[in-house]
Amino acid sequence: MSNIPLVEMENISIAFGGIRAVDDASADLHAGEVVALLGHNGAGKSTLIKILSGAYKRDGGTIKVNGEEAVINNPRDAKAYGIETIYQTLALADNVDTAANLYLGREIMTPWGTLDDVAMEAKAREVMGRLNPRFQRFKDPVKALSGGQRQSVAIARAILFNARILIMDEPTAALGPQETAQVGELIHQLKSEGIGIFLISHDIHDVLHLADRVIVMKNGRVVGTARVGDVTEDEILGMIILGKCPPGAIPGPGAISGVVLG
Amino acid sequence: MNENASTGSNSTDGARAAELGFFARFIKATELDTRLLGMVLALLLIWVTFDVLSGGLFLTPRNLWNLSVQTASIAVMATGMVLVIVTRNIDLSVGSILGFVGMIMGVAQTEWLPPFLGFENPATWIITLALGIAVGAAIGGLQGFIIAFLGVPSFIVTLGGLLVWRGAAWWVTSGRTVAPMDSTFRLMGGGPAGSIGANWSWVVGVIACLGIVGLIINARRQRKRFNFPRRPVWAEILLGVVGSALALGAVAVANSYPWPIGIVRRYAEEHNITMPEGGLFIPHGIAIPVLIAIVVGIVMTFVATRTRFGRYVFALGGNPEAAELAGINTKWVIMKIFILMGILCAISAAISTARLNAATNAQGTLDELLTIAAAVIGGTSLAGGVGTIAGAMLGAVMMQSLSSGMVLLGLDTPLQNIVVGVVLVIAVWLDTIYRRRVS
Repeated sequence: MSNIPLVEMENISIAFGGIRAVDDASADLHAGEVVALLGHNGAGKSTLIKILSGAYKRDGGTIKVNGEEAVINNPRDAKAYGIETIYQTLALADNVDTAANLYLGREIMTPWGTLDDVAMEAKAREVMGRLNPRFQRFKDPVKALSGGQRQSVAIARAILFNARILIMDEPTAALGPQETAQVGELIHQLKSEGIGIFLISHDIHDVLHLADRVIVMKNGRVVGTARVGDVTEDEILGMIILGKCPPGAIPGPGAISGVVLG
Repeated sequence: MNENASTGSNSTDGARAAELGFFARFIKATELDTRLLGMVLALLLIWVTFDVLSGGLFLTPRNLWNLSVQTASIAVMATGMVLVIVTRNIDLSVGSILGFVGMIMGVAQTEWLPPFLGFENPATWIITLALGIAVGAAIGGLQGFIIAFLGVPSFIVTLGGLLVWRGAAWWVTSGRTVAPMDSTFRLMGGGPAGSIGANWSWVVGVIACLGIVGLIINARRQRKRFNFPRRPVWAEILLGVVGSALALGAVAVANSYPWPIGIVRRYAEEHNITMPEGGLFIPHGIAIPVLIAIVVGIVMTFVATRTRFGRYVFALGGNPEAAELAGINTKWVIMKIFILMGILCAISAAISTARLNAATNAQGTLDELLTIAAAVIGGTSLAGGVGTIAGAMLGAVMMQSLSSGMVLLGLDTPLQNIVVGVVLVIAVWLDTIYRRRVS
């Protein structure tokens, strides 16, 4: 693993109609690292990550991939850099089947320029077999699938194309305990393959045992960044709720300044 | 109910598999679309009812042939309307675009081209058609651009278009009707000359059979290649036989409708044929507008199901945000749909001006409603994401069957409108129930 971070987001800002949803936020991610992005609902985590995935266009700041400045204006650009995203809403086209969703925007074509549905379904069976061996409903539209099955489709789509950077926005929100454990295993496996993962959650228990570092956001600003071993769970809660940066963390622009000095 | 509708792979007891009735097993084996099958049955019911009520006038080669020709124009536009509605848009301007483009094509072949080419030049029809398609594409492109890139709702843009293009159709000749059309151009409208005759109709029928068998064999080979579940052999053979029989049956019907006696006599005189005893039997065969509609239907089905564009159209209809996040250029897809719709309007305009042998500024009035009704009866959901080309074309046949059946029965026009309106609402209501039961 090199010292150049896989992703560096520097001084990112975005405003929606006067509300600064993300304000001067910076975050970085190394290969084979899991970084948890924590904060309340509305803290700006999802917005920050949607800038990285190309869903939103930032007002200011730079994004570097492998130390080089990256131009990300739409989801296609992000995917070209190997940035894949599992959205909180899953972002599946409900009316088409699993294979069509997995390959949406990147279809396998036959030599005659038509969709190669059979090849796509074969690949879909392979990758779904790894994630969710009991999954059999390849002909049904994803609307007909259970929450966990839909989640596995969304995850399969993200890992199908050799992602180098994976963004998971509340990946276990719709899952039962067993499926949540499965996702945890998957994260470990992807991490060992050298993929960098941003894990977004508003529940620290979900992610703390998976993450190497945490970045806490509040009101659109970064409160602080810490290695998981350097801070306690209570201190992280303090960062999330109060914006108080503990000594073990590197404070960001969103930290309450008085507390940091004292 | 829901458990029964699921794949059944999770059924634990063997009793349930046995419980599946003959019909359910038949559907599972043939993988037929039950909704489409239901539509075909409903259509047959309508046909038989009209035939009984009219004392055997409905199910005659002559009436069915006319029905096919009358359906062609709406059926062509309905194929495009499916894609429009699937993406949660609507196009209220198709009838007006048809009127305007028809007017342009009428003036082109009667006034603009003759000074250069003279009348009845063999190139006239193709230049006229190309011009019409270009104008249709441009109009569709303009409307699509406003909808996709400027963000004005399609309902408003095409409502405006409904007024604009109808007014423009009047403007071209200040309301004057343009006639007659070029004789080659007129072939696109059907009639004895605009039909391909018995022999060529059989050729088309045989090609259709080969196509059906080819598709079945190819699909089976593909599934085999990747070891997917295949249909039982009897189901494959049944589908091939039924499909081929339908194609050949349609040809046989078209071939048993002879030319009218007056036209036969003139034809015989022109070709120095002595009329035999009992008259000369010259069959129409398949009408050219019907062939055009069938080709459009096949091409549009291909576009909707086998191309990337078609896949994006449906994904976009199912979840626009997901399509955007998947990196699809959704605005461009929407604009392309409206360009396609404009081109189809131009083809319909060619069919209907050729059939009427004139271009009038009222042509295509209310066609937008028939087109939308055909698509919706054919199973296109206004909520987006769902619809088939074949269903919409069947829907067009159904609408036309109703109106031509009622004409045969001698019903008053106001009553006809009432019936069509009621049928539309009932059809969509039944569809709603069907969907609720399936999901």
